[in-house]
Amino acid sequence: MLITPVTLRLHVNPVACDGFGYCAELLPEIVDIDEWGFPILADDAVPPHLLDLARRAVRDCPRQALFIERLPSTRR
Amino acid sequence: MRGASVSTTDRPVTPKSDITVTPRLLAAWFRSERRDLESHLCVHGPLPAFTHGAADRADQLVEAVRVAGLTGRGGAGFPTARKWDSVRSGRRHPILAVNAMEGEPASHKDRSLLAAAPHLVLDGAVLAAQAIGARDIVLCVAHDRNDSAESVRGAMVERDAAGLSGPPVRLLRPAGRYVSGEESALVAWLAGGPAVPRFRPARGVPLTIGRSPVLVQSAETLAHVALIARHGPEWFRRAGLPDAPGTCLVTASGAVRRPGVYEIEMGTPVVGILRQAGLEPPVGAVLVGGYGGTWLPAELLETPYAPAPLAAAGCAVGAGVLAVIPASSCGIAETARVAVYMAGESAGQCGPCVAGLPALAQDLLQLTRGTGDNQTVPRLRHRLDEVDGRGACRHPDGVVRLVRSALEVFAGDVAQHARHRPCLGWNYKPILPVPRSPTSGGRRR
Repeated sequence: MLITPVTLRLHVNPVACDGFGYCAELLPEIVDIDEWGFPILADDAVPPHLLDLARRAVRDCPRQALFIERLPSTRR
Repeated sequence: MRGASVSTTDRPVTPKSDITVTPRLLAAWFRSERRDLESHLCVHGPLPAFTHGAADRADQLVEAVRVAGLTGRGGAGFPTARKWDSVRSGRRHPILAVNAMEGEPASHKDRSLLAAAPHLVLDGAVLAAQAIGARDIVLCVAHDRNDSAESVRGAMVERDAAGLSGPPVRLLRPAGRYVSGEESALVAWLAGGPAVPRFRPARGVPLTIGRSPVLVQSAETLAHVALIARHGPEWFRRAGLPDAPGTCLVTASGAVRRPGVYEIEMGTPVVGILRQAGLEPPVGAVLVGGYGGTWLPAELLETPYAPAPLAAAGCAVGAGVLAVIPASSCGIAETARVAVYMAGESAGQCGPCVAGLPALAQDLLQLTRGTGDNQTVPRLRHRLDEVDGRGACRHPDGVVRLVRSALEVFAGDVAQHARHRPCLGWNYKPILPVPRSPTSGGRRR
């Protein structure tokens, strides 16, 4: 079985988001908060050691506003 | 019969001279100021009689539109044939939505087109529906645009009486807010919800109502389709530039003696268009595109009106708005007024837009009135970076674009205002039209 590396990115649906801030609490490394309390998500891939926290953030968001995008990594 | 600018398809990409091109979309109107079916058929001729079956006709028309290089005239400028491809490939009959909402306050081209040539728009709608296999056509005119609705209704009655074939057209009247003409907002309304944009993480996927794909096309785009079907793609390409063929409608307003809607060849220098409208020097700057557009400074007025040259000047065609402010106006004050309006026109769905746009507007108002401090501009710049790209739709992005452009083009005025000194335009009267929004701001869900 060929295992292909995958890039995972965390995104927010801005319509659903109400600025509760759970995601920023769980993942301060990749979620910043703007002056109005809404999350600013880094464009980069979620680092492997934060993946479990990212999944937890998605699960625990009161508005279910977060989702993880799976992108195949580019091969070299 | 053709105007002075008969041209070949392989012209060099140099700016065109300031000559009037014979109107195409507005030909019947210019000839007789009549918009009835008889005059329409007299000037443009009947719809072509294809010799092949429906499927062949559809393919032929799509290919004609593709070779013509027609791009959407609603603001995004997407290649029309490719947009049709995306809804033809499915198994369900798509729905065609004609967008004549024109939420842009400084744009009048949809109103003018429906007043002067409703039959061209309806011809184009019927042709596009046949090309994509749509059995339903909806034509959306804003609730407060009764003249346009009357013109369309009259044209539809004439077509029924004349027995013209084609899928039935339903005239629908959504409320006309700034964002209700945005493609996904229009489809949301058609599907029975409020006219607010949808969050679309995967942009290539067609919009749907239920499981039927929806093709949204601007009224002007369809009017061009009606003429391409009659005269062919080579005819279409005889006007304009090789990479920006055809004509388009622009609305010239502000410091011009003859404000109005003009049909121009793509590639005409902006100053040429404005001279046709009676430009009154000295010019301060021109707002290009719409309220989500950018400012073109006076020294760049020779820029050809076409996507690539405009992009090099930091502008885009957008909704075809060319609003001139004179040198005696204050560009920052005008931008502040627009920013306040745009904040009030937020759909109210996304925090960074609902909160961010009023904050941007406040910073601009402080700057305009000289009530800010040395943190006002840095704070404004920081907020622009924060708001950009963080809504579900491009509304906040447009405001960010406009304000960034103002800070650059009116940098001198910004410096004056920041030092609490009036600029040259301190005694200006407002130029850009800013309607009063029925409700402003706040989160709506």
